Amino acid sequence: MCLALPCRVVELLADDQAMIDVSGMRKAVSLALVEGVGVGDYVIVHVGYALTRLDPEEADKTLALFAELGEAALAEAAAAVG
Amino acid sequence: MKYIDEFRDGELAKGLAAAIRQIARPARQYHFMEFCGGHTHAISRYGVTDLLPANVRMIHGPGCPVCVLPIGRVDMAIRLALEAGVTLCTYGDTLRVPASDGLSLMKAKARGGDIRMVYSSADAVSIAQQNPDKQVVFFAIGFETTTPPTAVAIKQAQALNLKNFSVLCCHVLTPAAISNILESPEVRQWGTVPLDGFIGPAHVSTIIGSRPYEFFAEEYRKPVVIAGFEPLDVMQAILMLVKQVNEGRAVVENEFSRAVTRDGNLKAQNLVSELFELRRSFEWRGLNEVPYSALRIRKEFAEFDAEKRFAIAYKTVPDNKACECGAILRGVKRPQDCKIFGTVCTPENPVGSCMVSSEGACAAHYTYGRYKDIKDNAAVNA
Amino acid sequence: MSEEKAIRKGYVRPLDLKHGRVDLTHGSGGRAMVQLIEELFAKHLGNEYLAQGNDGALLPMPKGRLVMATDSHVVSPLFFPGGDIGCLSVHGTINDIAVMGATPLYLAAGFILEEGFPLGDLARIVESMAKAAKEAGVPIVTGDTKVVEQGKGDGVFITTTGVGVVAEGEDYSGDRARVGDRIIVSGSIGDHGMAIMAQRESLGFSAPILSDTASLHGLIAAMRKSGAAIRVLRDPTRGGVATTLNEIARQSKVGMMLQEAALPVNPEVAAACEFLGLDPLYVANEGKLLAIVAAEDADRLLAAMRDHPQGLRAAIIGTVHEDAHHFVQMTTGFGGRRIVDWLTGEQLPRIC
Repeated sequence: MCLALPCRVVELLADDQAMIDVSGMRKAVSLALVEGVGVGDYVIVHVGYALTRLDPEEADKTLALFAELGEAALAEAAAAVG
Repeated sequence: MKYIDEFRDGELAKGLAAAIRQIARPARQYHFMEFCGGHTHAISRYGVTDLLPANVRMIHGPGCPVCVLPIGRVDMAIRLALEAGVTLCTYGDTLRVPASDGLSLMKAKARGGDIRMVYSSADAVSIAQQNPDKQVVFFAIGFETTTPPTAVAIKQAQALNLKNFSVLCCHVLTPAAISNILESPEVRQWGTVPLDGFIGPAHVSTIIGSRPYEFFAEEYRKPVVIAGFEPLDVMQAILMLVKQVNEGRAVVENEFSRAVTRDGNLKAQNLVSELFELRRSFEWRGLNEVPYSALRIRKEFAEFDAEKRFAIAYKTVPDNKACECGAILRGVKRPQDCKIFGTVCTPENPVGSCMVSSEGACAAHYTYGRYKDIKDNAAVNA
Repeated sequence: MSEEKAIRKGYVRPLDLKHGRVDLTHGSGGRAMVQLIEELFAKHLGNEYLAQGNDGALLPMPKGRLVMATDSHVVSPLFFPGGDIGCLSVHGTINDIAVMGATPLYLAAGFILEEGFPLGDLARIVESMAKAAKEAGVPIVTGDTKVVEQGKGDGVFITTTGVGVVAEGEDYSGDRARVGDRIIVSGSIGDHGMAIMAQRESLGFSAPILSDTASLHGLIAAMRKSGAAIRVLRDPTRGGVATTLNEIARQSKVGMMLQEAALPVNPEVAAACEFLGLDPLYVANEGKLLAIVAAEDADRLLAAMRDHPQGLRAAIIGTVHEDAHHFVQMTTGFGGRRIVDWLTGEQLPRIC
């Protein structure tokens, strides 16, 4: 379950809150469950709480892996046909 | 939307689909259970099944907290609103769950119950703050992702010294549900439900980490791949599962490395253990009594426990006899196998829990995929 | 001098738009109500028909066939980014008439006011209606006001009824979609519904989303001028594009196949929907239309729409095909397929 979304922190607010932004949509969320989050970080937000920071390096690595595996497979498939 | 759109890219999908096709051995079937309702929803909503080879099948598990919420618990919430006159705050998902006497929270609202939909547990605390003369109860459902937010809310209420806020705690635990499935006779003894591996929940895992799944991989020799929430994540996880099965491995792998670590969110875990303890047993809709599968509020925080503050007891309510949710939640049957699927039981008129939430297997299939059941339709099979 | 003025006018004091509130006398039929009508309604909505000052407006009979439509407006909040209940009520009924292929001619407006409603807000709403009606060229020629006790209304409810005229000939109708036809949407979807959602305090998010409420008869006139063979025209209000297409599919006994990648959605609307677990296909629009057109005329119609300020982002989003089950299906941006089913109940924000 869990509708949760990666959101960018644009401002730190009082009371352990932060203003997040997703494509212009903004909301104040709680940082009570995370530590060391700063402006510019991405956090995964669920029911108004940040659950964890999103690691941008890992995200890029994952996407690169998708592309690599995909290209290899498509190339092999094409070779098999050709 | 960054970190969202890129993980829905159709071109990358084609590549991963080709990769899966390549390594899936044509001579065998692969059955994977996606535990999390969010994954069920993603698979249906994006049509992921269309990109998989026919011998790779997804089974929908009981990872939808609304679906496994027993009728008796919703009855308690309704009684609190209608009889005890509390202001009942709930997430949107539970409003339409059909309970006893033809009621639901939505219908109870129409009868005069002060039932309010909130987006966050923090909103329930605000409502209590702003209405000191009303008793406010927060209907807390959800797996491990949603439990820490309830914990924060209780601590907040404590810090504010609120005397009119309490929580009806119905939080449940993922590993217990997975155990229950793996221990079910169909899987363990009879082998009638072939399960080759699990796609582990995305956001539950950000909290509990990947460590708790290692037990299942070892004990039951089933691979687990924790997958992110987007359709490309799901496909990658399927690829990794097929690979493990082919190689005879059964370990926990983490596809959702951008948000999940082995240890998880310790701050959230500590907060949850501070406030909650295990119930010895808890009834799950469709799975019946499951030991050590749910949480209750610790006695140090008893003043915030609605079950202690109000004289409401849990009464078990049996499901409709024709309802096959239990079997469907365990992966033993598919929605189409249920006699009342799509006829008596529809999203407008849900009889069982699998049809109530848009992530339940039956609702997802009905809403997004039932065209596949029709064999004679040329347009459908085009 | 001032005494003469007071006697001539009949009202001791002008309406207090700053602090005044609607009270039960405003609906009683007495002087207070007449003052409300004169100083607030007629002042802004003034036209030759209202000036007749009778219970009903005497209107010339147009040549052709009469089209009539009515709509009630209960939107909350009353004021939202991009509009308010006033202009919404004007645009809504004009559009209902225009999508029938008719030229909208006159509007009537009924108000149910709640005791205690601020007169200042009422003035704002009526001014907004007047502006919308003037820009659309469709006067509000008659109306009615009632007042209910405090607690029995939500500030104000407005019902507008309109009439228009359409020449003899073939009409747009929901049962006229044919296999092979193309489906066109006039612009971005989900704007109005999400603009309203963003105002709901309980959800607490802010987004630069404007309601798209607008009168579409100008766009429709341009579409007719293109000469394209339009079969169906409808505005996807409550329930969104998905509901309207399902209705048409059922009426015409056909199926539809949409392309998700072709749907125009503003990024903020997409983000807000993601956040709340909503689907833009089911979110209300108040300034958009769906057109089903013969395949060979689709490009021509699209060009005519894109040439008009209200159709800049018009797009072909799908095709009509044969389907005994009348499903509306969609190829997702991801490459898979799914149904776009009827809306179940109300769209509620999800946690799951």
